[in-house]
Amino acid sequence: MTRLALVLVTLTATLFVASLLVGPAGIGAGDSLRALLWGDGGPLTLVMREIRLPRALLALMIGGSLGLAGAAMQGYLRNPLADPGLIGVSGSAALGAVLALQTGLAAAYYFALPLAAIGGALVGVFLVLALAGPRGSSLTLILAGIAISALAAALTSLVLNLSPNPFAANEIVFWMMGSLADRSMVHVWIALPLIVLGTLALATLARGLDALTLGEDAAQALGIHLTRLRLTLVFGTAAVVGASTAVAGAIGFVGLVVPHLLRPFVGAQPGRLLWASAFGGACMLLAADIVVRVILPARDLKLGVVTALIGAPLFLHLIYRTRREGI
Amino acid sequence: MRTSDLIQALCLAGALLGAPAVAFGDAPRRVVSMNLCTDQLAMLLADAGQLVSVSRIASDPRSSAMADQAAAYPANSGLAEEVFLMQPDLVVAGSYTARASVDMLERLGIPVIRFKPAASLPQVRDRIVQMGNALGHSARADQMVTRFDSQLAAFTAEATVHPRAALYYANGYTSGDQTLAGQILMTAGLDNIAAEAGFEAGGVIPLEVLAMAQPDTVITSAPYPGASRSEEVQRHPVIEDLRRSRPDAALTDSDWVCGTPFVLEAIADMVALRKSLEGQSP
Repeated sequence: MTRLALVLVTLTATLFVASLLVGPAGIGAGDSLRALLWGDGGPLTLVMREIRLPRALLALMIGGSLGLAGAAMQGYLRNPLADPGLIGVSGSAALGAVLALQTGLAAAYYFALPLAAIGGALVGVFLVLALAGPRGSSLTLILAGIAISALAAALTSLVLNLSPNPFAANEIVFWMMGSLADRSMVHVWIALPLIVLGTLALATLARGLDALTLGEDAAQALGIHLTRLRLTLVFGTAAVVGASTAVAGAIGFVGLVVPHLLRPFVGAQPGRLLWASAFGGACMLLAADIVVRVILPARDLKLGVVTALIGAPLFLHLIYRTRREGI
Repeated sequence: MRTSDLIQALCLAGALLGAPAVAFGDAPRRVVSMNLCTDQLAMLLADAGQLVSVSRIASDPRSSAMADQAAAYPANSGLAEEVFLMQPDLVVAGSYTARASVDMLERLGIPVIRFKPAASLPQVRDRIVQMGNALGHSARADQMVTRFDSQLAAFTAEATVHPRAALYYANGYTSGDQTLAGQILMTAGLDNIAAEAGFEAGGVIPLEVLAMAQPDTVITSAPYPGASRSEEVQRHPVIEDLRRSRPDAALTDSDWVCGTPFVLEAIADMVALRKSLEGQSP
């Protein structure tokens, strides 16, 4: 248990520093970190503080958010296929963000962009939970997710195609696959408050999710308020996924892969899986963001490409196992 | 009496001479242009009534330097069907515009002349001459080239200090020396960061590389209406920091995109930028 914590924290810290050291400018590690920490007012400090630091911070925050949201949804639905990307929450958040950008709201109000994305994510979570139900089968959950994802993606594409801006239509791929290229501290400050709020909300679920493994009646007998648990889950997930998607687009599979890999190490306890998945998600996204910069330094390879290459085979494996178990 | 005889004789001679060399003798009477750049060259050189239609984008002031003039012409969207129904006896198009439509028009027997995009100032002269020949107004084109050359000569050889500038468009795209935009910078006496970073033509310059190059100024394009992530990068804090000496250094797309005499206005803008930078540097 403590060993897992130690491993995850060390790995996250290592990847965070590695992320700060990767970039097309090709600067030495010592110089980079010195410029970042002490600052010499020169171009190196500018690169470290305004380009690489926000990128690494966003990978940390967003990866953590997606891992946490995935673990929370899987715990609540007691279904290993629940992932904010797969069930359409990220897609709906992207739709909300695109609407805020194209209507001009995002330019007029500082928090309009993340709030609109959270609004979209809320609609997505509500729809999925309403369609699949708290004890819905894997099949209904995935079908509901596919329907919501497809609808959100179609509407996002439509809005971007209708935009008077000639570049907007080419950005459909960004909203579907996600990227952290050329983000700035502005994006960190936009996303951070809502991600912190959502994380705090989701962290309170640990005891409830553990109790829920015994069944709803037993959980209620243990003093768990199910309606409150459900509302906290919905708003917490929407907050972290919405704020993340608003600045980085919809990044899939992190919330699927990470809880799946870490479940054996926490004794399959959903409560402990929450914090472990948050660190695990941060590791996965930091690593993916390093990979896209190493493979194609100047091309902005989308993060969703890497996460899907890792996540989709695992998803197939999970479906196969779920079918075999006859759930 | 004698005048009409002369005209008659000239017409006869023209008909006889014109027969073997149709392209030179008979000026086309119904010309349709399908490309923003050929639109502008054709409007500059055609007789009244000779040009039947220009492309839709030609009347968009963001892209076109002759939006007002273009509004007077019926617009086409580059579709083979609509252009064919205009019954042109010549279509002028860019070598990369609506290839399927242009190929189809050729199959339908309509003469098409393709214009390559100009990648340098000498090529701007070539395009003017080419359009003059296509429309049967070679003399008019030659006059325009002479005027162009004399105005161009006025810009060159006056710069002593060369501030270092970078062109930075949406999506972090930049232009090297082998492009029209790069040559506009060069003629105006500005050194191009893209060339330093190894870009001959255009390409995406990573924000980090640009920041490390420390240009004296970064020239961005004006944003389009509606929002886009592609353009957002032009307002990145790093870019704003690099632009702090001249936060208004911007290019007007309409003067930069096409190889027309309007590039002279782009050069004039950049000369003004260079002078203001010289004034600031110690």
